[in-house]
Amino acid sequence: MAKLHTYDVLIIGAGLAGTRAAIELADTCSVAVLTKVFPTRSHSTTAQGGIAAALGNMEPDSPEEHMFDTVKGSDYLGDQNQIEILCNNAIPTVYELEHIGVPFSRTPEGRIAQRPFGGHSHPRACYAADRTGHVILHSLFEQSVRAKVNYYSEFFVTELLLNGGTVCGAVAADMKTGELHIFHCTAIMIATGGGGRIYRITSNAHVGTGDGYAMAFNAGIPLQDMEFAQFHPTGLYPLGILITEGVRGEGGILINSEGEPFMERYAPDMKDLAPRDIISRAIYDEIAAGRGINGKEYVYLRIHHIGREAILKKLPEIYKFCMTYVGVDCTKDPIPVMPTGHYMMGGVPTDTMGRVIADENNTPVPGLYAAGEAACESVHGANRLGCNSLVDTVVFGRRTGKDMREYLAEAQRPALPAGPEKKTEALIKKLLSKTDGIRISELREKMQGTMMENCGAYREEKRMQKAYDEVRELAADYDKIALDDKTQQFNTELQEALELKNMLDFAAAVAYSAMQRKESRGAHSRVDFTERDDANFLKHTLLFKTDKEPHTAWRDVVITRYQPKERKY
Amino acid sequence: MQKIRFRIKRFNPAKDRRPHFEDFTVEAEPETPVLDCLHEIKWHQDGTLAFRRSCGHAICGSCAMTINGQNRLACQTLVKNVGKNIIVEPLRSFPLEKDLIVNLDRFYERFYSIMPYFVNNSPPPDTERIQWPEDQELIDEAASCILCASCTSSCPSFWADDDYIGPSALLKAYRFIFDTRDQAQKERLALINTSKGPWKCHTIFNCNEACPKDIDITNAIARLKLKLNDL
Ligand SMILES: Cc1cc2nc3c(=O)[nH]c(=O)nc-3n(C[C@H](O)[C@H](O)[C@H](O)COP(=O)(O)OP(=O)(O)OC[C@H]3O[C@@H](n4cnc5c(N)ncnc54)[C@H](O)[C@@H]3O)c2cc1C
Ligand code: SF4
Ligand code: FES
Repeated sequence: MAKLHTYDVLIIGAGLAGTRAAIELADTCSVAVLTKVFPTRSHSTTAQGGIAAALGNMEPDSPEEHMFDTVKGSDYLGDQNQIEILCNNAIPTVYELEHIGVPFSRTPEGRIAQRPFGGHSHPRACYAADRTGHVILHSLFEQSVRAKVNYYSEFFVTELLLNGGTVCGAVAADMKTGELHIFHCTAIMIATGGGGRIYRITSNAHVGTGDGYAMAFNAGIPLQDMEFAQFHPTGLYPLGILITEGVRGEGGILINSEGEPFMERYAPDMKDLAPRDIISRAIYDEIAAGRGINGKEYVYLRIHHIGREAILKKLPEIYKFCMTYVGVDCTKDPIPVMPTGHYMMGGVPTDTMGRVIADENNTPVPGLYAAGEAACESVHGANRLGCNSLVDTVVFGRRTGKDMREYLAEAQRPALPAGPEKKTEALIKKLLSKTDGIRISELREKMQGTMMENCGAYREEKRMQKAYDEVRELAADYDKIALDDKTQQFNTELQEALELKNMLDFAAAVAYSAMQRKESRGAHSRVDFTERDDANFLKHTLLFKTDKEPHTAWRDVVITRYQPKERKY
Repeated sequence: MQKIRFRIKRFNPAKDRRPHFEDFTVEAEPETPVLDCLHEIKWHQDGTLAFRRSCGHAICGSCAMTINGQNRLACQTLVKNVGKNIIVEPLRSFPLEKDLIVNLDRFYERFYSIMPYFVNNSPPPDTERIQWPEDQELIDEAASCILCASCTSSCPSFWADDDYIGPSALLKAYRFIFDTRDQAQKERLALINTSKGPWKCHTIFNCNEACPKDIDITNAIARLKLKLNDL
C-alpha cells in the first residue's frame, strides 16, 4: 500500500522557483516540497553569470530599457504584460535576495556589482563571481530551513492527479526505499526545471530531464512554445559544459580559425554580446564555412587580454573548468567552445500569477501552478536573454506562492481518484519484471542524437519530421526495455527509465511544435522558412496530447508597448 | 582510447550482507572524467551500479566518493589524474546505502545545527545593504562550499566522534559569523562553543586536502577558535 500524506500545497522541485514559493507559503499553510535530488543539488546551482535587474549600479539603467531589451530578445514573442512584471519586480527581487544574505560581488562603493550580458543594453547582470546561481540557491534554501519547510528529498514524482479538471495530488516514489507515496493536496506547483538532456550536447545537469513537462502533458495540460530550445554559444568543447556569457560580459571575444573576431560581421553593434540565438548560428555558420579551429566543430573564446588577476577574481570557476577539463590556462590561451543545448523557453503555460492555463482562452486549471524553467509565462518568448532566467524563477516563484495562498483561502481539497497510485505502480512493476530486452541507454542515445541532428539550432521540415518519427518509434520501443536492477532501494536505473519516458514524451512535443511553426523566429531557425512571419505566426503554440497526433492551438501574444520591428543588433 | 581498470566497492542492501569489490574495464581517454566512466559502466555494462550525480561539473556536490584512497568529485577527476587502475569506494564514515551512495542525514544534521541561515532583523534599506568588497571577500570562499561532504568524511576527528560538528558545518558557521551583515553572531558562536565544536579540530588539514573547491577550511576553523577566545 502506498503511503498517504495530506498537505495544503505540494511544490514539485526545490530549485530557485520552488524554494522561493515555499518560503512565501511556509508560515501560513502546510507545504511539502518534493525533489528528486537534495535541494542544493538542484540545477539552479549551476547558474554562473548573473541575475538581471536594472539596478543601475554601473551606469544609469531602467526597467523600461530592461523590458525593451527582453521584448526584442524574445523576437517579439514574449508576452509584454509578463515582461513588464518581470522587469519591474527584478529590482526589488534582487534587493530582497541581498537582504536575505546572498553574497553578491561588490563595486568599490559597496553596492551590488553588475556586468554586461548578451542582449542587455546596460551592465545589468548582478553576480557573485561566476557562481551566482549557487549562492542564490544556497541562500534561499537556508531561509527555507529557517522557515521550517518540509522537504521530501530524493522523492521522484511520477504523476499529477486531477479530479474533474481540478488538481488533487501527485504520486511519488521514495528513491531510498522504492516505496510509493500519495500526496493529497489542494494546490500544486510544478517547479521541475528544464530538459536540456534531450540533446546529445548540453550544458544541463543529468537531472535536467523535463519531468514536469511530461507530467503536465500527460495530465492533459497543454505545452506552450516548446519549439524554442536555446543553444548557448559557448559550451566547452568537447564536453558541452557551460562557459558563461559572463566571460564575454567581461570582455571575451570569439575568434575563428583565421583569427578573425567574426561577430563583428554578424552583429556590428553588439558583436560578442548579441543574443544567444544569433551567436550560436554565427558559430555554426563559421564552422560550415570551414572556419572552425583545425577544421573541427569549434571556435575559440579569447579572454586572456583582460588579465590574469581579473580572470581569477571574476571568473574563478571558469578558470578552473578550463584547467581541469581541457588543460587550457585561459589566462594565457583561448578556450575551445561550441554551441550547447541550454534552455527551454517553452513549458507549461501560466498567467501573471503563475496559474497554469488550460487553453487559448487563458482558462486556469484550478489549483495548478508552475514557475521557473518548467513554466512558460511567457517572458522569454522565442529567445531568452542571459540572466533573465534566474530573475524569472524568483519573481514568478514568489508571485506563485502568493497566489496559492489566496487560492487556499477559498478552495476545497477535492477527493483523490480511486487507486491513485495504480498507474505508476503498474509501470514500475512492468519495468522491473522484464528480463530480456534493450538497455535504456540505447533508446536515450538515439533520442539525443536525432534531436541534436534534426531538431537543433537550424531546422527544416523533413528533418524535424524525421526527429519526430524517430522519437515516436523510440517511444514505441520503450516497452522492450529491461533493467538490470530489479531491487527497490536506490534503484537509480529505474529512475533513469522513468526520466527517459518523460524525455521521449516531451522531445516529441518539441519536434512536433517545431513543425507547426513555419517561420524563423528567435531560437527556431528554419532553412525552409528563413523569415519571421508576423502575419501568421506572431502567436504562441499550444500543444495538447491526444491518442494520435498532438492537437495544436494558438494563443495570442500580449503586445502592450512595443510593436514588432526588425530585430538587428 | 585506453583500457582503464575499475575496482568498485559494491553493496546492494537487498542482496548483500557486506560490501565487496567488483572489477570493470572501460575504454576511456586520459581526459575522460571518472563520472563518465561510471556512466559507461552503468549505461552499457551493469545497470545496477548506483551513485549520485547531477551537474557533471563540480558545482552540485552530489558525486563525492573515494577514488584511489582520496575523497574526490567523480565529475572533476579525470582518468589521467588517477591512473589506469582506479579504485572507487563510497565516502567513509557515513552509513552505506547502496554501492557508492551513503546516508548523509548525519552530515545535514550537523549543518542544520549551526543556524545555517542569514539573520538580520533590522528593517532593510530600500536598496541593497552596503558591504565593502573586502568584507564580501571574507566570506566569498566559504560561500562557495557545495556541501559535498568530502571534508567531513576525511576528518579523523569526525571518524572518532560523529557528534563533532565537522569541517563543513563549521565552515558554514564561519560564512555567517564573518558576514558583516549578519546579526546572529553571538547565538551562532554559542552553538559551536561546545566540546563538539572547533576545539575538536586538531589542524590535521585532511579537510583542505579533500576539498574539491580548494577552500581553506582549516583556516576558517582557526579563525572561529580565535573568535571564541575573544568572547
Ligand atoms: C549551466 C547553466 C548556467 C546557467 N546560468 C544562468 C545564469 O547565469 N543566469 C540565468 O538567469 N540563468 C542561467 N541558467 C538558467 C537557469 O539556471 C535555470 O533556468 C533555472 O535555474 C531553473 O530553475 P528552476 O527553479 O526552474 O529549476 P531547477 O533549479 O532546475 O530545479 C528543478 C527542481 O525540480 C526537481 N525535480 C525535477 N523533476 C522532478 C521529479 N520528477 N520529481 C521530483 N522533483 C523533481 C529537481 O530535483 C529540482 O529540485 C543557466 C543554466 C545552465 C544549464
Ligand atoms: S568545504 Fe569543500 S569538501 Fe567540505 S563540503 Fe564544502 S566543498 Fe565539500
Ligand atoms: S555531479 Fe555535481 S559535483 Fe559532481
